[in-house]
Amino acid sequence: MSRTINIDVHHLTRVEGHGDIRVKVEKGKLLEASWEVIETPRYFEVMLKGKHYTSAGILTARICGICSIGHCLASLRATEQAFGVEIPEAARKIRLLAKHGETLQSHVLHLFFLAAPDFLDLPSALPLIEKNPEVVLLAARLKRLGNMICDVTAGRTTHPVSLLVGGVAKSPEKAKLEELRAELIWALDGLKVAVDVFKTFQLPDFVRETEFVSLKGESDYPFIGGRLVSTDGVDLPESEYRKITNEYVTDNNTTKWCKLSRESYAAGALARFNNNFKFLVPEAKEVAAVFGLSPVNHNPFMNNIAQLVESVHVTRDSIRLIDEILQMSEDAPLMAEVKPKAGSGVGAVEVPRGILFHAYEYDKSGRIIKADCVIPTTQNNANIHYDMGALVEKFAAEGVPDEKLELLCSMLVRAYDPCISCSVH
Amino acid sequence: MKYLRIEPERPKIAVFDFTCCEGCELQLANKEESLVDFLKCVEVINFREVSSLKGEDYDIAFIEGCISREDEVERLKKIREKAKILVAFGSCACFGGVNRMKNAYDLAEANREVYGDKPKETLPVRAIKEVVEVDLSIPGCPVNKEEVERIVQYLMVDIPFQFPAYPVCVECKQRFVTCMFEKGYLCLGSITRAGCNAPCPAGGLGCWGCRGPADDPNYEEFLTLAREKGFGNEEIAEKMNFFGAYEGVAK
Repeated sequence: MSRTINIDVHHLTRVEGHGDIRVKVEKGKLLEASWEVIETPRYFEVMLKGKHYTSAGILTARICGICSIGHCLASLRATEQAFGVEIPEAARKIRLLAKHGETLQSHVLHLFFLAAPDFLDLPSALPLIEKNPEVVLLAARLKRLGNMICDVTAGRTTHPVSLLVGGVAKSPEKAKLEELRAELIWALDGLKVAVDVFKTFQLPDFVRETEFVSLKGESDYPFIGGRLVSTDGVDLPESEYRKITNEYVTDNNTTKWCKLSRESYAAGALARFNNNFKFLVPEAKEVAAVFGLSPVNHNPFMNNIAQLVESVHVTRDSIRLIDEILQMSEDAPLMAEVKPKAGSGVGAVEVPRGILFHAYEYDKSGRIIKADCVIPTTQNNANIHYDMGALVEKFAAEGVPDEKLELLCSMLVRAYDPCISCSVH
Repeated sequence: MKYLRIEPERPKIAVFDFTCCEGCELQLANKEESLVDFLKCVEVINFREVSSLKGEDYDIAFIEGCISREDEVERLKKIREKAKILVAFGSCACFGGVNRMKNAYDLAEANREVYGDKPKETLPVRAIKEVVEVDLSIPGCPVNKEEVERIVQYLMVDIPFQFPAYPVCVECKQRFVTCMFEKGYLCLGSITRAGCNAPCPAGGLGCWGCRGPADDPNYEEFLTLAREKGFGNEEIAEKMNFFGAYEGVAK
């Protein structure tokens, strides 16, 4: 290989936020393959200082327009851990249902509207409205269901309103839950059609051995709180998240980078799948089998498939949750008593793009002294960067033309479903 | 999509994002029951978050986010030159949004806190109108898609549209929500522009003023009532400054 390659993608499209790809190969030698995040920083950790505990979840929801419910839940959990608040069982179920709604809407958005066009050789999903309207209608209906779940459980899908420190402000209306239940039953079939669509896509054949970090399931596929685990054998309590994330600042990125046992690690649907496969519902495991996906899988493009698998899982689990919520007594408590006190707390939540940490230190009046938020894409950015080098070396050596190589690099970034502005915050 | 049996011209739109969470542009892909019709109404020329097309012959530019770095100023000015109509889209674009709270801190210190000895370039947050001329402002954190649909109809076929002059309280009462202010919350519904259908009071949070002032807000009376209810000046200021929409009102 004596090729010279120059790839320069400024503001990559079909991802949330702003990042650049640069690849330089001269006379067959890889000089540079980089993923750089140039998003403007917003300094959320600074803005949190001095804030009252009732503001933290409302403010941090604004870190992300796609996973605002996840941010709000991580924030609430950090505060509740700091104050020693145990939320009522009903609130726990309603929060998890809201989380599932967000996972479904986010995964469907990514799979159909951000990732799929690459496999169909289209600039976006918009031409499908004319070409293949049934696929667009399927995706829209699945995404709508995710959003409806969020509306019913959290009061609004983007920037939730009824998730509060201590529990939830409202119980979802029974009639609405029954409506959702019927639509979820439809979605189990709808997702089968989605599986058929994705079966026709050829995923790039690329593997780089990676450490995967997620929550550790004890009896269920984990989403909110619990121990932290990695495929390299790390196992730590939630409160010691810093020993996992090891954030550091680089010269060229406004995001931080993270590392654990290796130079980088990955979070996300594939990480959750790799660490917690056994807790998936049978229908979800069947979907994984269709795509030959089994733990531990090291192909980053398989994150797309892991999202599809999780969409099935959260759909099935939402039906279970709705049945349990409908069984509950109407006057089941929704809010625990909240008494602020000085102390620290950590909230770890699995949001669509991976594990998210919020950590706050409070004074005795319930105002924040110090805050730290470690975002899934922040944890993934270094891994994307190192993947890119390996990807370019492999495919350049195979003689893949420049244009296709640029597409593969873009697809690699998109496979992580990055939330870039979130990663900088 | 025909109107009075005539195929109207589809406005050529572009969506650009600056310092923000991109939650407002995500709303364009929400309200899925009318999403396909909505997308048929417009011609998407440039919308980085959902499309790889990077056209420059757009008529209407929707701008999400505020301005917090020099390169954003340059990018925004170029968009202003090309767009016939420039829309400030969402509270960050209209007022600076939650990002504006950053301006209360020393930026060098903020940088040290977050980035240690490798500070990143940043400017005090500015709303879009503080940098270029804005033709239309659509507030909300996030924007309300239903309102956006009505605005697009207005831009497309002149179906009359105007923002409500009245405050969130009106829509809240229409939903039969028990008054949050009466319940003891510092609710900004009485001074904030309606058009959102009051999801926050209805959801148990109360209004935090993301849409900015209604027409002729009676600040004096609001502040008096809030103090009578026992809220301190600091608390009132914290809430009124949350979305950057009431700068200088509460001290």
